[in-house]
Amino acid sequence: MEEITEIKNITADPYAYCRKYKDETGKKIVGYTCSYTPEELIYAAGALPFRIFGTNQDIRLADANLQSYCCSLVRGILEEALSNRLDFIDGVIFPHTCDSIQRLSDIWRINVKQKFHIDFVLPVKLNTASARQYLFDILEKLKNDLERALSVQITDATLADAVKTYNQIRALMKKLYALRVQRPAIISGRDFHSIIKAAMMMDRKIFLKTIEKIVTQIETSDRKVISGDKRLVLAGSVCSHPEIYDIIEQAGGIVVGDDLCTGSRYFEGVMDENVSPMEAIARRYLNRPVCPAKHNGLTNRGENIIRIVRESKADGVVFLLLKFCDPHAFDYPDIKAMLDKENIPCMLLDMEEQLPAEAQLQTRFETFIQIL
Amino acid sequence: MKKKILEFLKLILIFSFGKVKKFTLRFKKTKTMKDMMIVYYSEAKAAPLTGKKVAWITSGGPVEPLIAMDIIPVYPENHGAMIGAAKMGGGLCEKAEAMGYSSDLCSYARSDISCATVNGGPIGGLPKPDMLICCNNICGTVLKWYEVQARYFNVPLFILDTPICHTQYTPEIARYVRSQFDEYFAFLESACQKKLNYDRLNEVLLRSFQTQVLWQEILDTTRSKPSPMTAFDAFFHMALIVTLRGTPEVVDYYTELLKTMKDRAARGIGAVPNEKYRLLWDNIPIWHRMRWLSKEFASHNACLVADTYTSAWCGTLKYVKGDNPIDSMAEVYTRIYLNIGVDEMAKMVIEMIDKYEVDGLVLHSNRSCKPYSFGQLDIQKIVERERGLPCLMIESDMVDERSFSEGQISTRIDAFMEIIKERKEKSKK
Repeated sequence: MEEITEIKNITADPYAYCRKYKDETGKKIVGYTCSYTPEELIYAAGALPFRIFGTNQDIRLADANLQSYCCSLVRGILEEALSNRLDFIDGVIFPHTCDSIQRLSDIWRINVKQKFHIDFVLPVKLNTASARQYLFDILEKLKNDLERALSVQITDATLADAVKTYNQIRALMKKLYALRVQRPAIISGRDFHSIIKAAMMMDRKIFLKTIEKIVTQIETSDRKVISGDKRLVLAGSVCSHPEIYDIIEQAGGIVVGDDLCTGSRYFEGVMDENVSPMEAIARRYLNRPVCPAKHNGLTNRGENIIRIVRESKADGVVFLLLKFCDPHAFDYPDIKAMLDKENIPCMLLDMEEQLPAEAQLQTRFETFIQIL
Repeated sequence: MKKKILEFLKLILIFSFGKVKKFTLRFKKTKTMKDMMIVYYSEAKAAPLTGKKVAWITSGGPVEPLIAMDIIPVYPENHGAMIGAAKMGGGLCEKAEAMGYSSDLCSYARSDISCATVNGGPIGGLPKPDMLICCNNICGTVLKWYEVQARYFNVPLFILDTPICHTQYTPEIARYVRSQFDEYFAFLESACQKKLNYDRLNEVLLRSFQTQVLWQEILDTTRSKPSPMTAFDAFFHMALIVTLRGTPEVVDYYTELLKTMKDRAARGIGAVPNEKYRLLWDNIPIWHRMRWLSKEFASHNACLVADTYTSAWCGTLKYVKGDNPIDSMAEVYTRIYLNIGVDEMAKMVIEMIDKYEVDGLVLHSNRSCKPYSFGQLDIQKIVERERGLPCLMIESDMVDERSFSEGQISTRIDAFMEIIKERKEKSKK
């Protein structure tokens, strides 16, 4: 598919895409580090929201600021910033996530010169009246901060357009997920991963058109896909090693759903177009499936994963645990117990900066898939 | 059934022991920390007999409303320190790892989570909680840890969410935290089925602030040369400011301690016999190597005179404003040392360097505490730049003793002290 090739070219070298985009459109680019960033506001301010993923390769500079027990995501992001490879970014937003990202924001502020640096300190709990009020308050503050930083006015009209555009993108992504559940092999795991990454980087209007075409083509395609593969759900933070999808497929599995930050957590939730845009945006962030650094009840994460397994008719769950990621590591044993109770098999894959050798990893997946 | 009777008899024993101890303590002129902790833990453990409620609370959490409600506060972190000091951390952490908890997680949390299931550790486990109070002003880890315990014990969890003040304490944060205090009071009232007496709370708060003033004065006696106490002493004496600030007994204890330290200072008695070098400590102590480290530094005639850890329990007194102590609580609890940006932390470290006139900075890079440790390398750079002070970073863990190498650390301390000695010699010339 031509569109997928286009997307893969962009995600293979996102920095080149951004530089070119800036030259051609003159638009500003705002970097961010977590899917709780209200991208809608950046979009409404006329800038491109760009999710920073960092690098897994050649860490030379970040080790002078971060100890060995820091996760590869945070280290990789800092490396990119310190090495000036992110110089096309006009400013950066740090939503409060975990202890490590919290300190990353400080270290970045001290060491990286940027036009602006906004801390968006989200509430950690989302299920109380005062937390909801606080989220409304800081969304307003973020709007003001962005207006000042980008010297623009964020109007109700641009906000309404943002809500509509993001709703359309998310609806199509949901559709893509649903199509994958019906015909898993219709699109490879790696391509799927690229689409999600592109959604966090590309000009959103253009991405909307691209994803529309992809969904239509898949919907109307009469290509028969017979797949006897075992159906898997991935759970974790970000998947920084897309080759995992290939290895799973070689081992006789296929990913049919996920609870990932580079996945459904980024898309879930529709904004109500009948209320004020700011309220609609806030409500979605309060109601979308939580990341483990947020609190919305004691069992909701496990329940959500079980729901995803049921809805996607999956045979098992693979936990991708990023080494040194505290919030996910704390949740894992109790969620595993919840899955055990439901007779949903799962396996745990510890992810370091580098993946284990491919053959070894494939054997591990094969062993797991065989018991399904 | 037999087990239950035994459990009950054990409780009666603990209860009577605590009562006797408390009674005899009344007539004792100088109360020791050990005495006070025995009374405290036996009262807490005997809670099922006395009908008192037990709340587990994080070390940075507001304990005053619990005291005002006659709820017994219990601190898993203080317990963690005890486990570490007893060198029982490795075993309990290993047990948590067998339960599925990664070995990279906080060792306070790991040892507490496994201890709850086996009643292990130096005091046979903590009394079961009736409720959990989690204030995230110290880290995000406590949220995850308390969620685990709330599921395990099936008791209500209150989260006091204090957004980090990277560069400022905003009006939005102030409003949010203030309104959560009302939610906190309502939570306690519903858990205890009785009303909170606000006069009593004000009284407890004023006493708590008074205790914090006392604690700061105690820490400040180390400005004397030689210093009458070391940071290792402060790590020991801090247990009460953490657990029971706001009670009259603690005021008595610290008043007495302050008198002793002032007296020692006046008479020129140093904690380290030949104090020649003064050092500042950063981060949570390495509980399993307290005595060892203390001897190591003393052998170089070096005294750790101050630290960023124990002072965290009195560092926000400057935010007590107006005559309504309840309204000050939001700011006091939100702007603590760990809940601010690294640059502001560095500023405070430099203030301490000047105030206590230290010759070097020792940073414990603590694998268990990411919000305390990430940013330390920047603090180190800032200190070296602004004050030209030698710094030593020791990577270790506060509770898990399994990977500590005395030989390696000893060599590094020797080298660090050499630099300090040379530098001091030079500055004399």
